[in-house]
Amino acid sequence: MPVMTYLEAIADALRIEMRMDESVFMIGEDIGTYGGAFKLTKGFLDEFGNKRIIDAPISEAAIIGAAIGASLNGMRPVVEMQFMDFITCGFNQLVNVAGTTAYRWGIGVPMVVRGPAGGGVGANPFHSRNSEAWFVQATGLKVVCPSSPADAKGLMTASIRDNNPVVFFEHKGLYRKIKEEVPEGEYIIPLGKARTVCEGKDASIICYGSAVHMAVEVAERMKKEGVSIEVIDIRTLVPFDEEAVIASARKTNRVLITHEATLTGGFAGEISARITEKAFNSLDAPVKRVAAFDSPTPFAPTLEKAMLPNADIIEQELRELLLY
Amino acid sequence: MSKSIPPLITSSTVDKQQRISFLKHMLMAREFDLAMQRLNRQGRAFGGVYSQTGNEATSVGSASALGPNDVLFPMHRNIGGHFVFGQELDVLMKAFLAREGSLMRGTDGTGHYADPQKRIYGNISHLGAMIPVAAGFTMASKLRGEMCVAMTYIGDGGSQTGEFHEAMNFASVQKLPLILIIENNQYAYSSPNSIEFACERLSDRALGYGCHGITIDGTDVELVYETCMDAVNRARNGEGPTIIETITMRMRGHAEHDDFSYVPKEQLAHWQLMDPVDRYIEHCIAKKVLKKSEIDSMRESIIQDMRNAIDAVIDLPFPPAEEAFRNVFMD
Ligand SMILES: Cc1ncc(C[n+]2csc(CCOP(=O)(O)OP(=O)(O)O)c2C)c(N)n1
Ligand SMILES: [Mg+2]
Repeated sequence: MPVMTYLEAIADALRIEMRMDESVFMIGEDIGTYGGAFKLTKGFLDEFGNKRIIDAPISEAAIIGAAIGASLNGMRPVVEMQFMDFITCGFNQLVNVAGTTAYRWGIGVPMVVRGPAGGGVGANPFHSRNSEAWFVQATGLKVVCPSSPADAKGLMTASIRDNNPVVFFEHKGLYRKIKEEVPEGEYIIPLGKARTVCEGKDASIICYGSAVHMAVEVAERMKKEGVSIEVIDIRTLVPFDEEAVIASARKTNRVLITHEATLTGGFAGEISARITEKAFNSLDAPVKRVAAFDSPTPFAPTLEKAMLPNADIIEQELRELLLY
Repeated sequence: MSKSIPPLITSSTVDKQQRISFLKHMLMAREFDLAMQRLNRQGRAFGGVYSQTGNEATSVGSASALGPNDVLFPMHRNIGGHFVFGQELDVLMKAFLAREGSLMRGTDGTGHYADPQKRIYGNISHLGAMIPVAAGFTMASKLRGEMCVAMTYIGDGGSQTGEFHEAMNFASVQKLPLILIIENNQYAYSSPNSIEFACERLSDRALGYGCHGITIDGTDVELVYETCMDAVNRARNGEGPTIIETITMRMRGHAEHDDFSYVPKEQLAHWQLMDPVDRYIEHCIAKKVLKKSEIDSMRESIIQDMRNAIDAVIDLPFPPAEEAFRNVFMD
């Protein structure tokens, strides 16, 4: 199997789907000649031409709206947000048009809105946000947050083939940081299936996206002390693999949930509620959450490091959880 | 307000059959409106009932310029276009009254439905939101080497949204076959034009986008049709979008709950004389398209059709409650 970065794996999925399906096309800002702000679509214009790799003006609402219209007319658009932060400018289209169409019209709107999200790279409050939870409550949108190259590829394939609008959060900090073997050719991971990253019996860490890497680091540290931690990567927030999470809670009886997004109103709250509702009797301790401080993502490295969660904080909270 | 009443134009490109069709669809729009107003007074319609009286020439004339492969994205005062596109009365009644069998299964009401077979894609409430969607619909056809013109609508208020601007710039850059009708009916809810914009003509915005723009009398159906035909022809020639501002008057409140006491009586009186339906009836009689008696019986039979459609739909149950839990996602 070839070794790919997270970014290469996403590009690989896009290229394969575009080769196989004429109805897939991409639209976004600077994605053509320039190859995208992160160079994810480098070479795409040469291979697919300017009809299928469309450089658009800085108009997120028009871009997402046009993608919806194209989808209603038989296409499967993939929209690049230069940064996921700018999705706010197209929020109305996504939430009120794309997210309601199946319900109101019984017509699917296959489309993917994808782009770089997340902090930890010194990018300021407007290029660092983790806004996935907003789209969970919107209804009618699927929400995907891959943590690894292989997952990113498989989930991208599934997202493009899904008959519903999918918001696909790529973590920009992972783009070139992690490499792994990725299955060659067509590779699909169904949406809504969590992955057990490592099995354990003393406590569970439920996580997704960049937080998976922190969780794994903590699990490895704990292993040296003979403590076995289960790490579950939920991969997709909508659909949510409740079964896998509840099973893990029942198995280890202690659960910590972590994500890079801010705490209040974050998806950890939803996961925690489900566990309390469905596995209360199995719990030996209250569910714990580790997430970012409730603020915009600050710019200076000292501030940003303090605001975001990290492995040390997770470890500390996990130790408390184990002692409860 | 003693503006003179301009005579209606007689388009050289319109034949007798088309005139009859304009007249019939305008009468259908007017009578649908009156029927909905009655249902509302009787407490048998719920939700907003938005009168389109005064807008018949704009909605019918514009939709009539489209061909069978084109597509209509109507707004809340465009019932005339639904009729031009052959929508059945009972389909409309079920949608508007949210009865069992509505294309929206009760999830939404009014003219918000979509009927891909009829090539009609309704609006969402958010003003301006469907303009980029209509643009994208035409873009998909273009990517496949096909031609599909989209016609969509916005008001003198809705044209102040950001999505209006983004979509018209985008469509102009992409040279998409999109026609946007701005129905300037003088009011956006209670707000007159002076609160909504400071430019002279809303169609002047076309200059800023690099597309065509024109302002016309929106009460003259043949003028609207001719202007839209020009726009359709340009669109099919790859010359991109056109913005057509049609000057009309909203003759009733924003919706039926609104007594529109903020509208000066003289203004309404002037526009009453401009009534697009009454004037076109006279025009057709004068041009010997149809005799008065023929028009009367056309109208009578339309009224009867409305009654029949209401009778067939009004006692239907609302959709079953389980529909609330279906189709949030498609398989
Ligand atoms: C984005 C948005 N803001 C507010 C409203 C509430 N609203 C519905 S119709 C309307 C007035 C629209 O006026 P105009 O665009 O002139 O159209 P008209 O009703 O006169 O045909 C308002 C304010 C809305 N539907 N969408
Ligand atoms: Mg208005």
